[in-house]
Amino acid sequence: MARDMDNTMDVAIAVNGLDHYFGTGEARKQAIFDVNLRVERGKLTILMGPSGSGKTTVLTLMGCLREVQEGSVNLLGTELNGATEAQLIGLRRRLGFIFQAHNLHESLTATQNVLMGLQVHGRGDDRKQIAAAHHMLALLGLEDRLNYLPGSLSGGQKQRVAIARALVSNPDIVFADEPTAALDKDSGRTVVEMLKALGQERGTTTVMVTHDNRILELADRIVTLEEGRLVKDEFPRGQSLKLVRATET
Amino acid sequence: MTRLMTLLTGRLPIGWLQLAHSRTRLIAALAGVAFANILVFVQLGILGSLNDSTTAPYTLFGGDIMISSVDANTLLDGSNVSRVRLFQALAVTGVSDATALYIENVEWSRPDGGTSTLQTVGLDPKAAGFVPPHLSDTMLQLLLPNTILLDSGTRGLPTAALDGVTSATPYRLELSGQAVSAIGTVRIGGGFTADGSIYASDQTFLNLFPNRSSAAPNHILVNVEDGVDPAVVVERLQEALPGDVVKIGTKADVAAADLAYQTTERPTGIIFGFGVIIGVIVGIVIVYQVLSTDVADHLREYATFKAMGYAQRFFLGIVLEEAVILAVLGFIPGALISWGIYTGMSVATGLPLELGPDRALLVLVGTILACVVSGVIATRRLAAADPADLF
Ligand SMILES: Nc1ncnc2c1ncn2[C@@H]1O[C@H](COP(=O)(O)OP(=O)(O)O)[C@@H](O)[C@H]1O
Ligand SMILES: [Mg+2]
Repeated sequence: MARDMDNTMDVAIAVNGLDHYFGTGEARKQAIFDVNLRVERGKLTILMGPSGSGKTTVLTLMGCLREVQEGSVNLLGTELNGATEAQLIGLRRRLGFIFQAHNLHESLTATQNVLMGLQVHGRGDDRKQIAAAHHMLALLGLEDRLNYLPGSLSGGQKQRVAIARALVSNPDIVFADEPTAALDKDSGRTVVEMLKALGQERGTTTVMVTHDNRILELADRIVTLEEGRLVKDEFPRGQSLKLVRATET
Repeated sequence: MTRLMTLLTGRLPIGWLQLAHSRTRLIAALAGVAFANILVFVQLGILGSLNDSTTAPYTLFGGDIMISSVDANTLLDGSNVSRVRLFQALAVTGVSDATALYIENVEWSRPDGGTSTLQTVGLDPKAAGFVPPHLSDTMLQLLLPNTILLDSGTRGLPTAALDGVTSATPYRLELSGQAVSAIGTVRIGGGFTADGSIYASDQTFLNLFPNRSSAAPNHILVNVEDGVDPAVVVERLQEALPGDVVKIGTKADVAAADLAYQTTERPTGIIFGFGVIIGVIVGIVIVYQVLSTDVADHLREYATFKAMGYAQRFFLGIVLEEAVILAVLGFIPGALISWGIYTGMSVATGLPLELGPDRALLVLVGTILACVVSGVIATRRLAAADPADLF
């Protein structure tokens, strides 16, 4: 399986036989059942499904935010099942995460929050890093909110700062978990369009959980989960036949 | 401040920014640290006052070595020592001089109607080698019968009552039914067994306490010849004198043994020592609570950083930064308030309570340590958890 992965250069994430359990002892309950999935590089993959179907769990397992218990997740060529803390830290630095709640640091300004996304790779030239953060915020239309604290930004603005923070270091993969859930329709739409545009421009792989129907039309692939099982795998634009074949082997 | 902290930490000073962001939370945290400091300062102050008031009377007389009764644990308790020991001591090689030290408590009915217990120290004014330098000027004036030096720190005595007292303008008082003139002052202050001290000649002492005899002082003070090690002379004295009647030690050792006895064998000392232990434990619990609450309050934000690829080191750095800032900023009001409490307690009790730099440094370093250790323990939860479980 692993040899197969190495040869398939356009696969960013390969999930095989993934199970996941919550709780211990009597309360132990299986949440994910035998999920198999390959996420293609450079594409927008959307995870759908009813609430409680396991979307967040799968997303966080793929994103090194949760320890893989059973099965395999190969992320950018590294097996996550049994990965060391150092490997996880290294991988996390190659990812961008956008959460349902913006999760900005309340005591840091917009610019400082974005800087945190850069400084995880080490502190370079301060002025260059600040310029990069400002540039990213400007791309998201926040050029006049650079030094605002999250507390004085609107929900949509906060989510845009979170996107800037996730994208500023050019991650290989961006994970977004219902990034528009806390936003009104218009700003939700704007936020996803920006995410999509920036991802396309940079060739970023994006995996997004969403319920928003209007976003579905932007997707390259739509994966549906129900009760912890993968039940549907659609390619709305008909491409990625190669990937289907790869999954079948 | 932010720029300074950036230079110090080599990154965004997140700990400082976090603390500065929420005023009320910062004030609550500082109040907690300050309260822990006050608790420890007050307990240390009480124990310290026992220490100081125990050792202070030893400054009223000199001498390299003390000969005391075997049953004596403090200056005042225990049997008297026969004057014969003085002559026996003088015969020992290396001894240059010896004198008798008399100690007795007397009740003084103050002019304001209150009563003070005064620990009276009697010493031969002509025994110059045993008079501490700061008293040598006034000492000879005490040759006049019934003249004394009175403790200006005597509990119950107004602070300025003895200002300007000299042999020409003495302060008159009545002790043991006799008229006595205070022609000068000493400064010892009240302790746990007496409210103040009196310094008198041996003759005046024997006048005031007719049941005491010059043949049986409380202690014998011994000086050694120049260049002779007192410890060696102590050994010789122990050989020459009967060990079942007297015990012999250097003055410093005797004072230390007195202190150890007061703090570990007498109820007050044990209670005060226990108070310090309780104060330190409660202080640590408060500081831990402050730090762990702070970490818990920011757990979501830390989890986000962890998800972005920050390592445990980074969070330790933030928490240590906060720990040091809280310890130092909390110490300032804590020490100031403690200083106020010391002053108030000292006025109210007449006990020696001083917030010296040693004690301040001890508490500051202890607070920083407690904060740092608490912070390290509090961040362990972050290390163990998956970021996804902390959002
Ligand atoms: N931390 C957790 N502890 C226990 N059960 C959990 C936890 N997180 C999720 N679950 C359970 O796992 C299942 C999938 O949850 P989740 O992945 O959050 O679903 P979704 O994101 O699709 O709404 C649900 O039944 C949920 O109750
Ligand atoms: Mg979810």
